[in-house]
Amino acid sequence: MRTAPDETTRMKTVANKISSFVDRRQALVYPAPAVIALFLIVVIPIGYNLYLAFTKWTIGLGDPRFIGIDNFIELFWDERVLNGLKVMIYFSGLSLTLELVLGLLIALYFHREFRGSEIVQAIYIFPFAATPVAVALIWRIMLNPEIGVLNYLLTSIGLPGSLWISSAATVIPALVMVDVWKWTPMITLIVLAGLKSLPNDPYEAARIDGANTLQIFWYITLPLIRPVLIAALMLRSLDNLKEFDIIYTITQGGPGIASETLYLYSYNVAFSFFKAGYGSALMVVVFLIVLVFNVVMNRMRLSAQDI
Amino acid sequence: MSNGSRIAKRIRSTLFYIGALALCLPPVFVFVWMILTGLKTGVQNISYPPQFIFSPTLENFRAVFAQYNFFKYLMNSLIVAGLATGLSLLLGLPAAYSIAKYRQGRIGILILVARMTPFVSYLLPWYIIFRYLDLIDTYTALTITHLIITLPMVIWLMISFFESVPAELEDAAMIDGCSSLQSFRIIVLPLVRNGIATSAIISFIFSWNQFLFSLILSGPKTKTVPVAVYNFISYGKIDWAGIGAAATLIVLPVSIFAFFVRKSIVQGLTMGALKD
Repeated sequence: MRTAPDETTRMKTVANKISSFVDRRQALVYPAPAVIALFLIVVIPIGYNLYLAFTKWTIGLGDPRFIGIDNFIELFWDERVLNGLKVMIYFSGLSLTLELVLGLLIALYFHREFRGSEIVQAIYIFPFAATPVAVALIWRIMLNPEIGVLNYLLTSIGLPGSLWISSAATVIPALVMVDVWKWTPMITLIVLAGLKSLPNDPYEAARIDGANTLQIFWYITLPLIRPVLIAALMLRSLDNLKEFDIIYTITQGGPGIASETLYLYSYNVAFSFFKAGYGSALMVVVFLIVLVFNVVMNRMRLSAQDI
Repeated sequence: MSNGSRIAKRIRSTLFYIGALALCLPPVFVFVWMILTGLKTGVQNISYPPQFIFSPTLENFRAVFAQYNFFKYLMNSLIVAGLATGLSLLLGLPAAYSIAKYRQGRIGILILVARMTPFVSYLLPWYIIFRYLDLIDTYTALTITHLIITLPMVIWLMISFFESVPAELEDAAMIDGCSSLQSFRIIVLPLVRNGIATSAIISFIFSWNQFLFSLILSGPKTKTVPVAVYNFISYGKIDWAGIGAAATLIVLPVSIFAFFVRKSIVQGLTMGALKD
């Protein structure tokens, strides 16, 4: 089949016009689809969530009713909010600190030429890629106080077993252990890459001056690697402060509410109690915590880079 | 070199490898225990002391396919992760290129907000919208919500890759009469193919592993593997052997993916982490 010549020409002109429009307005055309998509899937839901935070609404019962800031006042009297904050600070404080310190120490350990460094890298990428729900279930099996393999290994070398996730006293450290297991290797790999890119000159100068290993670490390596450490911490905190999969899969916030973070509580309020308005208000609070944490971290990182 | 110092060196090297072995034990142990759990019978899994040596069975793997319809869930995950990754690249590559070239920092803020917002905050509005549109338990709903994670991730990772492309190459292409889209497709994209592969795989892994959105928005038809394996514990009786087999099937594909691009994953995450 043949198209009439004038029609072909017309199509060509249209194509040319589009092409030249793209050429001229590249900075507008290229990001436009992604920006529109992000606006639809990110900004509008966040806006809706923010609106719901100022309403009272039980999902399935009537319509949202605007109640001003009442939800935000209610959360001051809600003991589970206080509990959620405490659990969040305990869980995130402990896990982020351990992941950063252990990640740095292990990276320093592996920062040398040795046969098998490739194998270490291959092994260390596994916990990062592994599906959180799947490995969390395996941990749940291993953490069983009666028949779990962890207590078996502990008692067989003469150490006392632990109640792990079955006791309110040990549940957070047990969950921290799982989180540390999953994320320390990633921090190690990032810091290791950072260490490899450090300049050599300061080290030579220090060695000539007769500095010992500890001094070299404290006065040279640590300041140089600090931006990488803080960046890794920010990267981790984005997910860690909103940890859901591991806690939900292993304890669902239990025993009782001993491991219910503020984030998990906001989920429960919305999807177990169907209180959409109050749940949204809690989510706004979680968002603000993540935001403040990252703004502070970013300040620290920028000032660390200036040195 | 004296004999003594050679022995000292040998000892130090041995000690180093013992330490390295100890540091590699935790990831390896959990991985091995997962596979062992899948290869044991239900009775072997709840016997104490735990069995390290036993005659393995493939019965659990057969059962998760035959009884739990696991192939369907694997396909669901593959479809959603594939669609989310493909769309993220389609939308994200031009955007990242433009952000890198024209320093469009404001779009960067949009991406940061998307990454910082708790997923639950999206979940409630999307649940309400999808229920209204009758889209609960559809691939559309899952793909759209997974884009919330994968699109910002692809853009964020790709910016630093595009920044390393020299501008002269494009200018030369333009002078030779290439249109902007041609030079983007023919000159720029091939130069960043490592970055594209890396961000595609990271995006696939994160979509494959995503639990929360699927937990609420999927149903019998579109259930993805993380929700399917989670359901093994909510049927009242906990099927440890089934969990072991299912977990192995879920974790293996993404682990293999990650293994092949481990270098560029680290590079990508580090470069991303060091961005302003």
